[in-house]
Amino acid sequence: MKHKTFFWFILPTLTAMTLFIALPIVSVFIQSLHIQHEQVLITVENCGPFGCTEETVIDQEATRALRDAQPLGQFNGLGTYTNRAHLAFGEIGEAWATTESWGAFFDRVLGLPFYRALAFTLTYTFVVTPFVLLIGLAVAVGVNKLPKMFKGPTIFFSLLPMMITPLVGSLILLWMVDAEGIIGATLQNIMNDPSLSLRASATLTWIMLIVYGIWSSIPFSFIVFYAGLQTVPADTMEAAMIDGASKWQRMRHVVVPHLMPLVVFITLIQLMDNFRVFEPIVGFQAQAYARSLSWIIFNDLREAGNPLYGSAGATSMLTIIGVAILLSPVLVRTYRDYTRKSTH
Amino acid sequence: MTFTKLAATSAIAGLMATAAFADAHGAACGPEGQSIRILGNDFPAIQAVAGAAEENCGGAAAEFTRNHTTEMRDIMNAALTPDPAEYGGVIVANATLVQLMNDGLLRPLNDLVEAYGDNISPSQLITIGGDVMAVAFMANSQHLFVRTDILEEAGVEGIPATYEEVLEAAEAIRAAGIMEHPLVMNVQVGWNLAEMFNTLYLGHGGSFFEPGTAEPAINNEAGVATLEMLAQLAEYAHPDHLSQASNETQAIWEAGQAALGFMWGSRGSAILDDEGSTEEVVSNTVLAAAPTVGGMDIPSATLWWDGFTIAANIPDEEAEATFAALASALNPDMVAANNDAAVWLVDGYTPGPAAAGVAATAQGGAWPYPMVPQIGLLHNALGAELSDFMQGNESAEEALADAEAAYRDAAREAGFLQ
Repeated sequence: MKHKTFFWFILPTLTAMTLFIALPIVSVFIQSLHIQHEQVLITVENCGPFGCTEETVIDQEATRALRDAQPLGQFNGLGTYTNRAHLAFGEIGEAWATTESWGAFFDRVLGLPFYRALAFTLTYTFVVTPFVLLIGLAVAVGVNKLPKMFKGPTIFFSLLPMMITPLVGSLILLWMVDAEGIIGATLQNIMNDPSLSLRASATLTWIMLIVYGIWSSIPFSFIVFYAGLQTVPADTMEAAMIDGASKWQRMRHVVVPHLMPLVVFITLIQLMDNFRVFEPIVGFQAQAYARSLSWIIFNDLREAGNPLYGSAGATSMLTIIGVAILLSPVLVRTYRDYTRKSTH
Repeated sequence: MTFTKLAATSAIAGLMATAAFADAHGAACGPEGQSIRILGNDFPAIQAVAGAAEENCGGAAAEFTRNHTTEMRDIMNAALTPDPAEYGGVIVANATLVQLMNDGLLRPLNDLVEAYGDNISPSQLITIGGDVMAVAFMANSQHLFVRTDILEEAGVEGIPATYEEVLEAAEAIRAAGIMEHPLVMNVQVGWNLAEMFNTLYLGHGGSFFEPGTAEPAINNEAGVATLEMLAQLAEYAHPDHLSQASNETQAIWEAGQAALGFMWGSRGSAILDDEGSTEEVVSNTVLAAAPTVGGMDIPSATLWWDGFTIAANIPDEEAEATFAALASALNPDMVAANNDAAVWLVDGYTPGPAAAGVAATAQGGAWPYPMVPQIGLLHNALGAELSDFMQGNESAEEALADAEAAYRDAAREAGFLQ
């Protein structure tokens, strides 16, 4: 393609990307460097149905004057990034200086909001992604072997977990694992422990979220692998069979290498998706035991009443950086493969 | 926070009032042909007030719309910021009023009360620094729910009046083998857990901030005692308590699986009605004052009110019509038709059994939920940081220090601390 043609071809996408993705990210970044102007407090008497109290209120006029002078708020540099709610350099330094063992140090660090969320987010990502790949492939191979008349319905049912809205799916499962629900009550019966509750233990909550994550993402990898299996060259398979390769060997040395680009594709998408895990935490009301980076952003924007845009912006930027770091090995590998091939 | 003990007198005047001004509701709707747009939470009492306003004054207005949503807290600041604002009237509570006032989005109502306030008694007016900012019409608070039959069966006499007695009663019920987890409370991690902390902390006589400033002051003896009590209560609570809020606790209560509950007064009528539960549970449920704690003498609860406010960014005539319509709703007829939907602060209210808990809690002199502008940030910090303590991973002092540190970061970002 000529450069000029390529330019005109890509222009609409490029414009949309700049307007709706690149510029907002820049704006979020700028926002994350600022904190709000000072709130001028004055003490006044508040009266209501329950009597009078002396309380502070915001002096609107004085605060408005400050706001008009600096519409963006006070410049804070990277202060929001390094405070306790985010990278917490000060707290980590202190923990390093005051703790004696690695265990105590990690205990302290994992008590900090950002690192606690990062710990769950990474665990979730690195457990869910490989399981989704493996089970998805297994399901695809299984469905591919089915007689023709069963294929349609089986594919439909295998896709169900993805069709159900994550929030609804997690709610249904939540009610089932509740101590009063069918799974929760059965477990109590089997274990003979009336106070056993899946929702009251950090470990069980993590396992529940991870199992849900795998369950809801399998259809995606299944359908991609299934499509890929249709393109496995019959000649190569026959040749392998004639050479006496077993089923397993054919799978290992013919099918999987053929599907490798799809593995890379699914890994990329899954790493990105899982790193931003959010809905299951809200759906399972699991924020007591598991918080993710996206949950922190949600909490900053929603729960504090007047939203903390700077904090939310900083966590968003850190999430983007996190995704970039996660994807870089895969991207570097793909790029190397590409350049190696093109030199032939 | 200095509290002139007007509380008992004025609250009870409102709660117990009989139809004194019953004739003052000849629906004065103010300027005609205005657009009246109301935003409010979504529960029966709020619908009753907004509905009565529409019935009275919808005809005189060019347009009358109501948006009832439980998500109102999240949309109201954005909706009231533009000029003209999306809504003229907003039905708020203590905490949500502060959220709107922080951004300067409300107008003082002094003149409007003068002109259209015939139905409104002085104790309903929320005045801040001399300006009327809202008109309250109903009260709410947390308080104790008990199952008298189960207490009796366990050999507990009377209704527990202190948290220490609550613990004894819970132990007696467990020891008698009636229930393993006789207690329910709203301690879902987040807003609810922090609110439970607030009630016990105020009950211990604590205050949240250094007077006149936004410096937090919760890491003290009262704070530690509060968390220790919370941990003892959790021993007797349902194992899933950290994910339970009002809907879950009400369901457990109605299923007859709890004997002692700390729940919202506004759940009282839902529990005492003839839906969702058995005769056994309903007839033996008694609503009592929130218990006191640690030898102090005020109930451990936060008093709340719901009331209406008028947006700053709308034309004066529209504000007048909106205020007049909402004020017209606060009449004895509306209250009579919805008597059990709330603990009304409006004339004509006859307190029923569902109101007994809130009335007794207010009478006992419980504190109102603090209306300082930075309280939302502290509340949020507590909600997120106390969960480690509740799981036994942290000491009370560490949890309180963490909450203060998290609050400081947020308050610095919001401009309350420098």
